[in-house]
Amino acid sequence: MVGLYKSDIKNPLLRWVDSRLPILSIVQKEYGVFPTPKNFNYFWAFGGLAMVNLMIMIATGIFLAMSYTPHINMAFDSVERIMRDVNYGWLLRYAHANGASMFFIVVYIHLFRGLYYGSYKAPRELLWMLGVVLLLLMMATAFMGYVLPWGQMSFWGATVITNLFSAIPLVGEPIVHWLWGGFSVANPTLNRFFSLHYLLPFVIVGVVFLHVVALHITGSNNPLGIEPKGPQDTLPFHPYYTVKDSVAICVYFMVFAMLVFFFPNALGHSDNYIPANPLLTPTHIVPEWYFLPFYAILRAVPSKLGGVTLMFGAILVLFALPWLDTSPVRSARFRPVYRIVFWFLVIACIALGVVGANPPEGIWVPIGRLGTAYYFIHFLVLMPLLGKLERPLPLPESISHPVLGGGPLPGAAAVHPMEKV
Amino acid sequence: MRTLRPTLIGAALLAAAMLAAPARAAEGEAALPQVNWSFSGLFGTIDRAAAQRGFQVYDTVCSNCHSLKQAYYRDLAGIGLSEDQIKAIAAGKTVPDIDDNGQPTDRPALPSDHFRSPFPNDRAARATNNGGLPPDLSVITKAREGGADYIYALLTGYADPPAGFHMMAGLNYNKYFTGNQIAMIQPLRDGTVTYTDATNPSLDQQARDVVTFLTYIANPELEQRHRMGVKVVLFLLFLTGLSYSVKRKLWAGVEH
Repeated sequence: MVGLYKSDIKNPLLRWVDSRLPILSIVQKEYGVFPTPKNFNYFWAFGGLAMVNLMIMIATGIFLAMSYTPHINMAFDSVERIMRDVNYGWLLRYAHANGASMFFIVVYIHLFRGLYYGSYKAPRELLWMLGVVLLLLMMATAFMGYVLPWGQMSFWGATVITNLFSAIPLVGEPIVHWLWGGFSVANPTLNRFFSLHYLLPFVIVGVVFLHVVALHITGSNNPLGIEPKGPQDTLPFHPYYTVKDSVAICVYFMVFAMLVFFFPNALGHSDNYIPANPLLTPTHIVPEWYFLPFYAILRAVPSKLGGVTLMFGAILVLFALPWLDTSPVRSARFRPVYRIVFWFLVIACIALGVVGANPPEGIWVPIGRLGTAYYFIHFLVLMPLLGKLERPLPLPESISHPVLGGGPLPGAAAVHPMEKV
Repeated sequence: MRTLRPTLIGAALLAAAMLAAPARAAEGEAALPQVNWSFSGLFGTIDRAAAQRGFQVYDTVCSNCHSLKQAYYRDLAGIGLSEDQIKAIAAGKTVPDIDDNGQPTDRPALPSDHFRSPFPNDRAARATNNGGLPPDLSVITKAREGGADYIYALLTGYADPPAGFHMMAGLNYNKYFTGNQIAMIQPLRDGTVTYTDATNPSLDQQARDVVTFLTYIANPELEQRHRMGVKVVLFLLFLTGLSYSVKRKLWAGVEH
């Protein structure tokens, strides 16, 4: 049997396949018996939810693309045709549009969970950085997708965001014209955005794969932030977490369904039901809600280049987070000061979101600046300092120790391959 | 703390949403009246009688200036009109076409035709309307902040300008329009339309009816969506309960 994989599968046909292409064994190893810390709370379900959401977006998107026309004179009407004449087209479109919002809700919770429990720290730095890459790809995809219906906010959002690149010294203007494929946001822009909006999700799938591979090398972090010390600290992924994640998926679908069926336009902007008009600027150009905090950071300083730098910096700083945070303790549960400043960060981000939704005048200007200042101080000053100044609480000996008292293994938790495949 | 955390996050997000929402709505002028619509809520449906009267209002008043170009005459089935009624309504309109000799012509409309637009193009519309462009009404209740309430408010919000208010020539005062000066002259007054079903055509009644009709045209899927939504959510409630009890049972043997 030289050169063949030694498969444990009994069924002769499946065994024949598995010994040549051990995908069944890989699934069994990575999703069946995969040892997973037994103390996850429901915040650990959000990675799986993001995966489900990505699949929903790709599935609905493929069917929408079958009926959509990427031309400035026909895009808006083709979307209305989807809503009116395509069988269940309204369901596809509302699921796709609200799916984008759900995707950001899920991913933002996933991200803040990582921040709270220190999931970005060694040895999970690359896992975290791949996550930040995914966030950037998601943002680019969502932005270009919002342009496709060719409503007023599509057009003016595209104009504002692409114009940001003109802030780059010397080459800014040529870059913007290159992005547009002309001298304004027009048909070539819509065409390339459609093409890229179809391409990027598959790039996301690729990076998600890397994200998961990296996760399965280091294993998951957990609410205590300490590594499992042996089989008594872990459970096989299936059935324990497949079942627990199923509960989360059901609740997620319920929220999703409420949006799609009862409030399908609550998170969108009414101006996007007005066809794009290059001669008429909306009173307030606002991006989709999930970009509002970044939009507030962009407008926090009275300099275009400064604002653009800060906005991109707000994401780029996350890449450096594993090294900015100098604390050896992962979980905020054992970091009495970080546990508080974490909530300041949450408040700052929500406040920035509110600022982004409002015109940049009056009280919103100082609030936006305060929020922006805190955001960067949090990552660039507090994180490095806290690691040195904060006195962490004593860590538990092991995951099972605080609850089990080091007692024997419960029968059901013993690791043995599940009868699967 | 562990159980409190999601609650805290939820509360914070809710507070943020409430702060952001009035800020957006504050762009209009007066606060919008809250109308109790048949179509709002989880079980909302289109009031057939109101929508049919609303079609009459659109047909006799609005359609002189406003197109409804995404809608088809066959869509009127959704407000309870019969096939014959729809055929008759369509036959009463003429739509542009090309005849067998390749020449532009007008022919009676069919139920499969889009609603006839009052003007051949935007420029013609502007030329006849003092430079203003009457917007297409196909998705108007989705295209305005405040939705159906706003359209109702706009139709009933005409008044004399307050003393000292400077009006520009050719514009009309409206309590709810941004800037309070709107190009559209007051389209509806008490008794503008004589209803075929003997309902009293007060301004309020006509405004409600036409907004109900326009909401249907903007959301022809509304009733199907609500019906399906109720079933989907009930099913998911059941499935959540089921999966949660399976989870409880499975995890009962694990101390965690």
